[in-house]
Amino acid sequence: MNITLLFGIVITSIFINNIIFAQFLGLCPFFGVTKKMSSALGMGMAVTFVLTLSSAITWVVNFYLLIPFKLEYLQTVVFILVIASLVQFVELLIQKSVPALYQSLGVFLPLITTNCAVLGIALINISKSYNFIESTVNGFATAIGFTIALLLMSGIREKLEHADIPRSFKGLPITFITAGLLAIAFMGFSGMKL
Amino acid sequence: MSRKISFSTQILNGIFKENPTFVLVIGLCPTLAVTTSAINGLGMGVATLLVLVSSNFFISIISKITPSQVRIPVYVIVISTIVTVIGMLMQAYLPTLYLALGIFVPLIVVNCIILARAEMFAARNGPIASLVDGLGIGLGFTIALTLLGSIREILGSGTWFNQPLFSSNYQGVLIMILPPGAFLTIGVLMAIIQKFTKKGGE
Repeated sequence: MNITLLFGIVITSIFINNIIFAQFLGLCPFFGVTKKMSSALGMGMAVTFVLTLSSAITWVVNFYLLIPFKLEYLQTVVFILVIASLVQFVELLIQKSVPALYQSLGVFLPLITTNCAVLGIALINISKSYNFIESTVNGFATAIGFTIALLLMSGIREKLEHADIPRSFKGLPITFITAGLLAIAFMGFSGMKL
Repeated sequence: MSRKISFSTQILNGIFKENPTFVLVIGLCPTLAVTTSAINGLGMGVATLLVLVSSNFFISIISKITPSQVRIPVYVIVISTIVTVIGMLMQAYLPTLYLALGIFVPLIVVNCIILARAEMFAARNGPIASLVDGLGIGLGFTIALTLLGSIREILGSGTWFNQPLFSSNYQGVLIMILPPGAFLTIGVLMAIIQKFTKKGGE
């Protein structure tokens, strides 16, 4: 375990292999909740919370439950159940203990179960054979990358509201084009070697 | 109900009126990620179609006996089991395609299209109608993915289903196969659709 390696994972997950622009995971919330900056931030925080926890828990489940009993082929089924119950649990916990946070994250939490980023990262952690710390750090860093992407997009979309866009491009088409341009910008990171 | 005559309407409905990609705009992750070539798009589309048809069928059978409080977890288990089975079949019979689609095969589980159709259609209709609905929506998805894959492959590598289309001088627009190309292609396609369908934009 060394710090340089972890730092490498963080930079790679946030910028070089950004979950939205390079890996195409979690696109539904990316287009769904980025109309306003405040909801983008809420979604980003909720995902950060769940993704970090789920990365840690799915690693434990995989390493101590699935591998010893040779049940790896059940990975998808088990992981989605773990994630669904985790989301439910987190929702209850926040509702009881931090009602203020629940007010701001509440509506986004149930949506996270079907956010493919969460299951995707759990599977990627396994396929890259990360250890416990690396998996958790990767989950957290990926979520930060997700939040940054959401914030960038919502900032641009708030400005686009007032722009004079050709009629056919109004609404979603221009949003896709914007995402394309952002993805080109993020490709600038792909030359980085760590 | 005029259910008997509506089967063909149901299929056309899935392809045009409720096309999951261009009209409902759901299930975007696999749509954009795997459409680097026409064959990958078609493969992903067919895999999703198979999952959708079987999940719709089974869910509509069990929906009557499922308590509504736990229906979502039950549906998710049904769907993920089907996905695991289809993934194993692909691994055994189509290993190249399985490798090319990679992580997006298990991720069919969290494709919003499947849970959305289970919740909106299969839980309220009979098994046969649900099966046809799955077929229609799945075909719409497959067509959209193949279309996107074709456009990206033709522009990006100058081939279609791995068959070269132009002379060997054609360099290929690399960006079309890279991630930004996916966003740009679907953006332009949706603008074209909007041009002909909507009167005043949104």
